[in-house]
Amino acid sequence: MSIQEISLSGRKKVVSNKEMTFVERMYLIAIFKGLGITIKHFFRKKATIHYPEQVREFSPVYRGQHMLKRDEQGRENCTACGLCALSCPAEAITMVAAERKADEKHLYREEKYASIYEINMLRCIFCGLCEEACPKDAIYLTISKELVPASYNREDFIFGKDKLVMPLEMAVKNTQLKNAN
Amino acid sequence: MDSTFIIEKSVVILVVFGITMLMAMYSTWAERKVAAYLQDRVGPNRAGWGGLFQPLADGLKLFAKEEFSPNTPNQFLFKVGPGIAMATALMTSAVIPWGDRFHLFGRDILLQATDINVGILYIIGIVSIGVYGIMIGGWASNNKFSLIGAVRASSQMVSYEVAMGLSIVALLMMTGTLSLKEITVQQSGMNWNVFYQPISFLIFLICAFAETNRTPFDLAECETELIGGYHTEYSSMRMGFYLFAEYANMFVSSTVLAVLFFGGYNYPGMSWVVENWGVNFANVLGIGALFIKLCGFIFFFMWVRWTIPRFRYDQLMHLGWRILIPLSIINIMITGVVLLRGEIFAYLGL
Ligand code: SF4
Ligand code: SF4
Repeated sequence: MSIQEISLSGRKKVVSNKEMTFVERMYLIAIFKGLGITIKHFFRKKATIHYPEQVREFSPVYRGQHMLKRDEQGRENCTACGLCALSCPAEAITMVAAERKADEKHLYREEKYASIYEINMLRCIFCGLCEEACPKDAIYLTISKELVPASYNREDFIFGKDKLVMPLEMAVKNTQLKNAN
Repeated sequence: MDSTFIIEKSVVILVVFGITMLMAMYSTWAERKVAAYLQDRVGPNRAGWGGLFQPLADGLKLFAKEEFSPNTPNQFLFKVGPGIAMATALMTSAVIPWGDRFHLFGRDILLQATDINVGILYIIGIVSIGVYGIMIGGWASNNKFSLIGAVRASSQMVSYEVAMGLSIVALLMMTGTLSLKEITVQQSGMNWNVFYQPISFLIFLICAFAETNRTPFDLAECETELIGGYHTEYSSMRMGFYLFAEYANMFVSSTVLAVLFFGGYNYPGMSWVVENWGVNFANVLGIGALFIKLCGFIFFFMWVRWTIPRFRYDQLMHLGWRILIPLSIINIMITGVVLLRGEIFAYLGL
C-alpha cells in the first residue's frame, strides 16, 4: 500500500474529479441525503449551556479570579513581600505594606501584611505567575472558582482586598474539613 | 351589493391580513429556532417563554433605529421600494380559499376574500410584480452591490417564472379550471394533485424557492459577495419591510403549494364530519388542516435553507432554463397524452 492510501482514522476519502453522471447532476439524491443529515441534528441533544442559570464546570486547574488565602486559624497568609507584583508580566498588582500591631495577631500570620492589595483585572492576563512566585502560599487563581464579572466601568475592575481575600467562612470550613480527615 | 356583504368581506380580509402578518412575524422566530435546532443550538429563549416575544422585540428595535438614506437622486423610489415588496407579498393571499364556508347568523360566509375565476393567473401576476420592489429598491440605492443584487434577483425571477407557469399548465390541463376554490373542491378526500402530478409539484416547489429568494437561490442577497444585496443601503423599518416581505412571501407560497397540490383545507373524512358535527366545526378542522400543511411547507423551506449551500449563478441559470423548462414541457406532453388517451386509441383504431 502506498502512503497516500493509508487512513489511520478510517475516514479518509479519495477525491476524484470525474465527470458527474446525469443522476448526480440532478442533485436531488444528494439534497435528500443532506436533508437527512440535518434533521438528525434537529433531534440531537443541544450543546448549549444556558449561561447565567447554568455554568460550565471548571477544570481543577482553571485560572479564574484571584483569592488571597487564609490559613487554618483564619489569618491572612500574605506578607506583602511584593514578589507577586514583581513577577507579574502585566504589572497588574499594587500593594501597600503595613506592620502588624500586637492586637492583630489573629488577623495576619506574619509581622508585615498588606494593608492595601489591588489587582487590576483589566491588566491581568491570568497567567498565574503571581501564584507561582508567592513564597507564602498566599495567592491562588484556582480556588475561587469564579470568573471576573463583567462591568461597565473601568474603575470597577480594580479589585481590592474586599473582593480578593478569602471569606472567613470558607477558611473555617476548610479547617473543619482538614480536621475531619 | 348589500351592506352585510361588505362587512362580511371586510372582516374576512382583515382577518386574513392579520393572520398573514402574524404568520410572517412568527416565521422569523421559527426560522431562528429551526436554524438553531438544526445546528445543535437552542436559539432565542430569553424574551418570553421559548423566546416567543422575540419578533416583537425585533420589530420594536427596527422601529427605533435611525432611518438612514443614501445620497441618491431617487429618494421617492428609494422610499417606495419596500412598500411595493410588502404590498405584493400581502396581495396574493386575497384569492386563497382558507376554508369552505361558515354558517353563521343565517348566512353562508365564504372563507376567501374573493373567488375570482383566474385565481392562479392573479397569483402569478402579483408575484411577478413583486420583483419590482426589489428592482426599484436596488436601483434607487445608488450602490453597486444593491444594483447587482437587484439585477440578479430580477433575472432569476424572470427565468423561474417561465418554469413555474409551465409546471402549472400541466396541472390546469387536469383540473380544467383556474379558480383556486374549484381546484380545492376537486381534491376532496385524498384526491390530492400531488399524487397525479408529482413532477409538476417538484418543479413548482423548486420555483417557489427561487421566487421567494430563499436559499439555495438567495443570490440576490448573498452576504459573502454582495454585503446584503438589494437591501444593503436600507435601515430601520424599511429594511424590516424587505425582510418581512420575504417571510410573507414564504407564507403565501407555502399556502399556494398546499392549496394546489396538497388538497387545501380538505382532510380525509371531511364529508362525514360535515354530516355529523355540522358545517362550522368541519371547517374549523379544515382551516386547521390547511395550516398544518402550510406550516409543514414553511418548515421545509427553513430545513432546506440550513442544509444546502447557495447555487453558483451559472448553475442557477442552467437549472432553470435547461432542466426545469424542458422537464415541465415533457410533463405537459405526458399529461396531454394521458388525458386524451381515449381519443388517441380511437384514432389509432385500437
Ligand atoms: S495572573 Fe499573571 S497577570 Fe494576573 S496578576 Fe498574576 S502574575 Fe499578574
Ligand atoms: S501574595 Fe504572596 S507574593 Fe504577593 S505579596 Fe503576598 S506573600 Fe508576597
